[in-house]
Amino acid sequence: MAYETPVFRSMGDRSLLVELGEKIAPDVNRRVQEFMLRLQHARLPGVRELAPGYRSLLVVFDPLTIAPAELKERITEVAGRPGSAELPQAKLITVPVFYGGDYGPDLEGVADHLGISTDEVIRLHTETIYRVYMIGFTPGYPYMGELPAALAVPRRSTPRTRVPKGSVGIAQRQTGIYPVESPGGWQIIGWTPIELFDPARQLPSLLEMGDRVKFEAVRQVEI
Amino acid sequence: MAGVNTFEVLSPGIMSTVQDLGRFGCARYGVAASGALDGFALRVGNLLVGNAENAAVVETTLMGLRIKVLRDTVVAVTGGDLQARKGSESLPMWRSNRLREDETIVFSGPTSGFRSYLAVAGGIQVAAVLGSRSTNLSSGFGGFEGRPLRKGDIIAAAPVKDAVRFADRCFMPEAVPGYSSPWRLRVVWGPQDDHFSEEGKQTFVTAAFTVSPDSDRTGIRLKGPVVTRKPGMEESIISEGILSGAIQIPGDGQPIIILGETASGGYRKIATVISADLPLLGQVTPGDEVAFETVSMEEALQALREMEDKIDKFKRSLKERHAAL
Repeated sequence: MAYETPVFRSMGDRSLLVELGEKIAPDVNRRVQEFMLRLQHARLPGVRELAPGYRSLLVVFDPLTIAPAELKERITEVAGRPGSAELPQAKLITVPVFYGGDYGPDLEGVADHLGISTDEVIRLHTETIYRVYMIGFTPGYPYMGELPAALAVPRRSTPRTRVPKGSVGIAQRQTGIYPVESPGGWQIIGWTPIELFDPARQLPSLLEMGDRVKFEAVRQVEI
Repeated sequence: MAGVNTFEVLSPGIMSTVQDLGRFGCARYGVAASGALDGFALRVGNLLVGNAENAAVVETTLMGLRIKVLRDTVVAVTGGDLQARKGSESLPMWRSNRLREDETIVFSGPTSGFRSYLAVAGGIQVAAVLGSRSTNLSSGFGGFEGRPLRKGDIIAAAPVKDAVRFADRCFMPEAVPGYSSPWRLRVVWGPQDDHFSEEGKQTFVTAAFTVSPDSDRTGIRLKGPVVTRKPGMEESIISEGILSGAIQIPGDGQPIIILGETASGGYRKIATVISADLPLLGQVTPGDEVAFETVSMEEALQALREMEDKIDKFKRSLKERHAAL
């Protein structure tokens, strides 16, 4: 559930964490998205960065331009204005995935853990349309949910130091895609050739908060 | 504007990158700020050589950077004292120095601090990517080809007419920061201090932590007594935006001070380093001792004003000097 009024937490003298709900839920996340748009339109003085999360927005500011207490007041005022900012049309992106084998080294382990077949894991992973809750971890990394309960698995007990670019992972009720090679603790079930982040593009991240993603299994061809 | 070849990297040392004050406005795409870890040293270095405060410089860590100078220019070395030398002479810090073509600069190793900043008149000329010349190491963009410097790299600077007029400027000696262990870093509580037990908070403000060798530009990892959460609080929280200076406590209770390469995180933050002490984080060295002192928001802002006053005073003195010439 979304909170009636935002809850503020200070992160140092130059940022305010504004919490808009308690849990991971589409309505809370939409509220974060809508609230970020409102703040963008409000153009409050001294605000340098807006960093949205699942249920919160981090507002980074210059405290010598606007004092933290004053910014808090201004944000409360913006939050209380009637009406709502119009959210942009969410994109629906289909992501082709090669599941299993070298592409998805944890697919069999996940199937064993859940006591289902690898085909069933693939079927469950591809049948849902996921919401992009936030982009974080590394540039362009989409945190997506919710995974069907039947697919919920814990993170790997020992994270990998190198997860290849394009790896598709799952952990608890989340799924994600690694945009660059990086360390990572999610269970890797597949791989996609899709380019998630390119700083030279007008919109550097392929996916944005609020977008929708559908995975599609690619039949592996013999070469 | 095309840059002019100014430096050749003979050896990059432990780690050298091109940085400015950081990249803002792209956190929603998961892009962290990056930028000089000691922003104060970067700003002063740039002012010394006549640049805008935010111009790009070389940030070098610990030791080993060797650079050949390809044309006459003016540079300033600020930040940690890594014993910069010009040939066999020492290169005085916190002032601007003339360099001649074919001279060599070497950073041989620290007497204090961890990172030095080499600012050059005109500023290092690399393309701005997403609004900044800082190097994003996780994704490999910005800075010099999106990566740390390597042997053989040729670094260009923007051309400056009569750069020699910026030589022999000196930063106020009384305003040069001291970098020495044990560090006493000032913090304000939060954002999640209420998730920690009273005992955990006491440990946090009384303990002396040791800086672990696996610290890097993503964070300063500390070792010491365990900072405990309140009973029933899980190890991780729902991921949220984060910025440098936030001190997160992962499951093992060992604090990590977040630095500029991280945009989001899923651990509780007990406290956050105040803006005035952020530049010091760039100088904290593995093996150093770190303790935390909590201050009020008003004290934090006062400390920031004092730091900005130093910069303003220096800028005024440069203007007066310029007017007198």
